[in-house]
Amino acid sequence: MSDANKGYREPALSVLKENGVQVWSDVEIQTTRGSFTGIILPRSETADAHHVVIKLRNGYNVGIAVNTIQEIKEIGRKEAHYKIPEQDFPYDPGKPNIKLLGTGGTIASRLDYRTGAVIPAFSPGELYGSVPELADYCNLKTEKLYGVFSENMGPEQWIGTAKVIGEEIKNGIHGIVIGHGTDTMHHTAAILSFMVQNSPVPIVMVGSQRSSDRPSSDAALNLIHSVKTAAESDIAEVTVCMFGPTSDQYALLHRGTRVRKMHSSYRSTFRTIGDIPIAMVNKEKITPLRSDYKRRRSDREVIINNAFEEKVSIVYYYPNMQPDIIDSLIDNGYRGIVIAGTGLGHVNKPLYPTLKRAQDKGIAVYMTVQTLWGYVQMYVYETGREMMQLGVIPTANMLPEVAYVKLGWALGQTDDLKKVKEIMLTPIAGEITEREPYNGYLIYQGGIPEVEDFLRTIKR
Amino acid sequence: MPLLLKPFKEMTETDYAELGLKVGLEIHQQLLTEKKLFCHCPAGHYSEEYDAEILRHMRPTLSELGEYDGTALMEFKTRKEIIYQIKNETVCTYEIDDTPPFMINRQALDIALEIAMLMNYKLVSEIHIARKQYLDGSIPTGFQRTTIVGIDGWIPYKDRKIGLIQLGLEEDSCREVSDVGHTRIYRTDRLGMPLIETVTQPEMHTPQEVADVANLLRWLVRSTGKVRTGIGAARQDVNVSINGGTRIEIKGVHRIPIIPLLIYNEVLRQYSLLKIRDELHSRGITAETFQAESANVTNLLTNTSWDPIRQAIKRNEEVHCVKLKGFLGILSHPTQTGKVFSKEISDRVRVIACLTRLPNILTSETTEETIDGFTSIKIRKTVNATSRDALILVWGNKEDIKTAVQEIIIRAKEAAIGIPSETRQALADGTNGFERILPGADRMYPDTDLPPLEITESHINRLRENVPPPLWEREKKYRKLGVPEHLIIPIASSPRAILFETIIDKYKISPKWTARYLFETSKAWQRAGLPIEKLTGEVWELFFSHAAKQPALLEKGEELLEEFLQGKIFDLAQEIEQFIPPKIKESELSSIINSIIKNELPNIAVLEKKHRFVMGKVMEKCRGQLPAKTVNQFLWNLLRANGGKNE
Repeated sequence: MSDANKGYREPALSVLKENGVQVWSDVEIQTTRGSFTGIILPRSETADAHHVVIKLRNGYNVGIAVNTIQEIKEIGRKEAHYKIPEQDFPYDPGKPNIKLLGTGGTIASRLDYRTGAVIPAFSPGELYGSVPELADYCNLKTEKLYGVFSENMGPEQWIGTAKVIGEEIKNGIHGIVIGHGTDTMHHTAAILSFMVQNSPVPIVMVGSQRSSDRPSSDAALNLIHSVKTAAESDIAEVTVCMFGPTSDQYALLHRGTRVRKMHSSYRSTFRTIGDIPIAMVNKEKITPLRSDYKRRRSDREVIINNAFEEKVSIVYYYPNMQPDIIDSLIDNGYRGIVIAGTGLGHVNKPLYPTLKRAQDKGIAVYMTVQTLWGYVQMYVYETGREMMQLGVIPTANMLPEVAYVKLGWALGQTDDLKKVKEIMLTPIAGEITEREPYNGYLIYQGGIPEVEDFLRTIKR
Repeated sequence: MPLLLKPFKEMTETDYAELGLKVGLEIHQQLLTEKKLFCHCPAGHYSEEYDAEILRHMRPTLSELGEYDGTALMEFKTRKEIIYQIKNETVCTYEIDDTPPFMINRQALDIALEIAMLMNYKLVSEIHIARKQYLDGSIPTGFQRTTIVGIDGWIPYKDRKIGLIQLGLEEDSCREVSDVGHTRIYRTDRLGMPLIETVTQPEMHTPQEVADVANLLRWLVRSTGKVRTGIGAARQDVNVSINGGTRIEIKGVHRIPIIPLLIYNEVLRQYSLLKIRDELHSRGITAETFQAESANVTNLLTNTSWDPIRQAIKRNEEVHCVKLKGFLGILSHPTQTGKVFSKEISDRVRVIACLTRLPNILTSETTEETIDGFTSIKIRKTVNATSRDALILVWGNKEDIKTAVQEIIIRAKEAAIGIPSETRQALADGTNGFERILPGADRMYPDTDLPPLEITESHINRLRENVPPPLWEREKKYRKLGVPEHLIIPIASSPRAILFETIIDKYKISPKWTARYLFETSKAWQRAGLPIEKLTGEVWELFFSHAAKQPALLEKGEELLEEFLQGKIFDLAQEIEQFIPPKIKESELSSIINSIIKNELPNIAVLEKKHRFVMGKVMEKCRGQLPAKTVNQFLWNLLRANGGKNE
């Protein structure tokens, strides 16, 4: 496909060529429905092949069916120059140096004509151009590690990111911010919590639920909050920094192993599960909600352990699940399976033989709960006791996704299932807690008078 | 104050032509759909109550073509906290921008396409949803989802065509509750309701023609029966410019009759601003030579007795003085009816610097008693002002005062350039006030959340069958049919026009009778508070189909239907079917009565008794053939005319 006709396929492509016009041509198009004047825009690759998109003089885009086109006359050309106003990020020797690592996602993005989608783009200058407040907190350097959407993050990127974090810390950085797509931010936060241990500085993950090309975006505020945390807080852990409420008020700082994306689109999608967040952050201050976090240190003694075994899977149990699901994992050489079981951690009896098979094959099988809140407790019912006989190991209150990345990490380090078990059940970064506080499970139910009262006015 | 133009009432078409008046209309009309445009919330449910509040700020972003929009930057300067009041019943997570849009409401799209056909638009083959930035917070996303369904339409007016630039389908915005200081509050019930935007070419020659065309467009869309009516359902924006002036958008015109005065006042304002510019140029003040400076003069005013500043100082605010070099007399130059140039500055300070407590400025050209002469002299000295300079005092908190001073200087400098591009708010007195800097095409960019949607030929053809004949054709037809002149437009623009025409065609009822029942009598019943919604299309068909066979039912119908509405008749169908038309003509009645009086009536002195006697006799003969009411009336008239004599 020639670049001059970005995104156009047959039959539209021929119509453009026959009329001697291309993308960015300013044209008058005669059609059976009348004449249209505007600039030909690139066509989204996922859109159909029989329309030409033009930007009318009034700023609107419209599509014109090629079978209605009689003639296209070029009257000029106007190419769009898409550029975020860029200014040098100011340097202040009195301010801490912060590194923003980019992995992709919509934290800083712009529009792509061809796909009609938002694509990531950020240099310190671009960021300063769009969020100048960042300079109030730090001197910022950025490095684009990857340009992938959240769902395409995986072991390769986790390992690479952990490595770069280690280098940055050794080179004396004061704090690290990681821009990340939100869909799998909690997976990455969890694995980095294991791969990067004993960090002397804050490692803050951030993203946005509304892309930064829109005025209501949460991107700017999330960036400000995360940069402030990296620059000023004494919380030297891997955390996720995202909107607390849907209002533009404050962020919550969630521990990397206890956080989960809980809504497909809300701004306040990230919640700490089974515990309370570490802190609240706004433009002015960081307010810790607990004191048991690891403190910032001046040494550089970070441990990077980026081992990872990819042959690990999560199985989300459902009634009437057939053993062939587990069998296929066994047959495909999987070394570890995390089950998200019902209730306290159960599956049905028909799976027992295949679980036995897994046990015999030396496959590590761990149990988590699909209720997300609460502990696996396999002694209460007979089912649980039987399953433990079959080698299924309960993981206390580890979240399923956390157990998944931790199992990959553990199996990456050793083949010895005893050692794997020891790694799995020894809390490293708060992934298993000894107790679930009373306020660790709060899902307010709308409609109840006291909840409605709470929602009535913004709590400032 | 010298009058710059003739008074409003004396302006002629020639006067406006000489001024080079250009006016275009943008009409926003809500569509009558069950649900909103991009989500499944019910449309048209309004409430003053709310269940929750959320807070947002707006930041400017890049447009598709890569530049920040002027308005965007202005709104960012204002740093408003936007609060949305949410009622669970009418708003879901879509409106508050926590859920992506659902597919466009096909009912709304179809209505828009039908109206586009009615107005002779060229229809697009594929609609693309665009985002139009609104940083004032009136839409929580910061943009309005909008799309174009047609371009280059027209409607006939007088002996010419008025061109229509585009027909947009878009989501409605929030209703503003208040805007004080840095807090603006919006109600969200209206948000997201589908509306169409009709944009005309500036082809109207006088303010009155603009009002005519606005009415025409309103009637036209109403004739489909698929648009909302009532307060706020249709809102007009008027774009005005004169020779040498600038296109100014006056927003939020709720009443069409006020349009001519609004236009006159804007013409007057632009004319005056051009005069001001000429005056400044003649003094050697241009954009390049313009000079202004400012100083903090708070400490000179700590003892002032003028209340606005005294209160400001009490609140620990600062007072700054802006000197506009060579501006003597400019600030008090008239602009609109009853307004002077300093109002333009005060408006900017109010909107952009958020100094909403009025008065927010004091000028050296005020004629009122304000600060004392001695203090004035000290202030003049502080800013080195000569007698040819103008001064403006402004007060506010540390942050806002900076923006205010900046804005005063910006607006004063613009006076030397001409008329700044602005969106202005229509006021009830026919004048207008600053709302925001006029946004450009830069604020449009594609909505990446929704794919383009094809409008196929077959779909268009299917819709075309629903399109009612255009208003102007109905007008001609009705005139030919002999519909009373005063009812032609109301009927032609009514959604009941279809019913009206059906009854005439199908039942051959005279247009006069049909019009009277459907439009006049119904309206009278409505005014009397009767539940006219009971008069459905089926009820009318029932009535008129019988009236076709029994024309006398038309005479009787008013009484019958009124009783039905009052709840006195339960089974209307039965009443109508059992209706027996009078078989005796009124002329015959008079001979029957006369014969009774002559031959049977004994000598009775009291008129009432005489009436009772005759009535009884007449009804013996006419029962079932004439209503008693008719006989009764007729008899009274006769007896009174005869003075009660037996003749």
